[in-house]
Amino acid sequence: MNGFFLVLATFLASAVEMVEALTIVLAVGLTRGWRSALFGTGAALLLLALIVAVFGPVLNRLPLETLRLVVGALLLIFGVQWWRKAILRSSGFKPSTGLDAYGFALTFKSVLLEGLEVAFIVVTFGATARRVDLAVLGAGVALLVVLGAGLLLHRPLSQVPENSLKFAVGLMLSSFGTFWAAEGAGARWPGGDLSILGILALYSLASWGFVTVLRREKQARSSGQEVRA
Amino acid sequence: MKTLSSFVRFWYDFIIGDDWTVAAAVVVALALTALLSSLSLAWAVLPLAVLAFLSVSLWRATRRS
Repeated sequence: MNGFFLVLATFLASAVEMVEALTIVLAVGLTRGWRSALFGTGAALLLLALIVAVFGPVLNRLPLETLRLVVGALLLIFGVQWWRKAILRSSGFKPSTGLDAYGFALTFKSVLLEGLEVAFIVVTFGATARRVDLAVLGAGVALLVVLGAGLLLHRPLSQVPENSLKFAVGLMLSSFGTFWAAEGAGARWPGGDLSILGILALYSLASWGFVTVLRREKQARSSGQEVRA
Repeated sequence: MKTLSSFVRFWYDFIIGDDWTVAAAVVVALALTALLSSLSLAWAVLPLAVLAFLSVSLWRATRRS
């Protein structure tokens, strides 16, 4: 593999995984608070550094499919619970309240899984081309670019209304969870990582339908109560 | 004993949450996906199952309120 293409391939593949982790860190940080999100990220990065330092070249033997299945299933369960609450709040069936304090665990699992995938990419690409240094360079540049994008994005995102953000968090966790868990269970997604966007679009459309139907139901019940009173 | 029950309750709330049927449905849908993984359309099982059990969970929540 040509040196330039090795750096580019590692950059792109790592950036995709890092963007997935960044999306969850941003979403949890904005809704749950930055303290737990950053602690979760930091703890995952420390464990990741330890795993890479200890296992190094045998990283490509880690059971990533099992990890995807477990992390994906947990994210999907949390995501659907948040998504469900957001739909009930948006349609008036549930009063607005704070989220449960799971920010640390969510960011920890996501950053650890994505970080392991990046380490796997670096080891596989680097070993294939016998230039691990160039693969590390590609992943390092991707990390800087993705971190820069995260720093630029967090301020404008903090202006979005709270319930909309909670809705978005539930949708994103459910989408990532669906993608990883199904992949871990052995399914192959058409279009690879791009299908996350398709799942997100499907779930967003369904949310719109759920909120519309439930709002009508709530209004019908409220007018029924007014008539009786 | 109290510490143990608090520990179990924390993990139950953490993993299962408000509606235990959501967690159960995710496990069943994943088992079905694994069973059908040799088929090219196995990926469709989980998103369709999510939409189905979310509809049921929402319907039950609104009936109760």
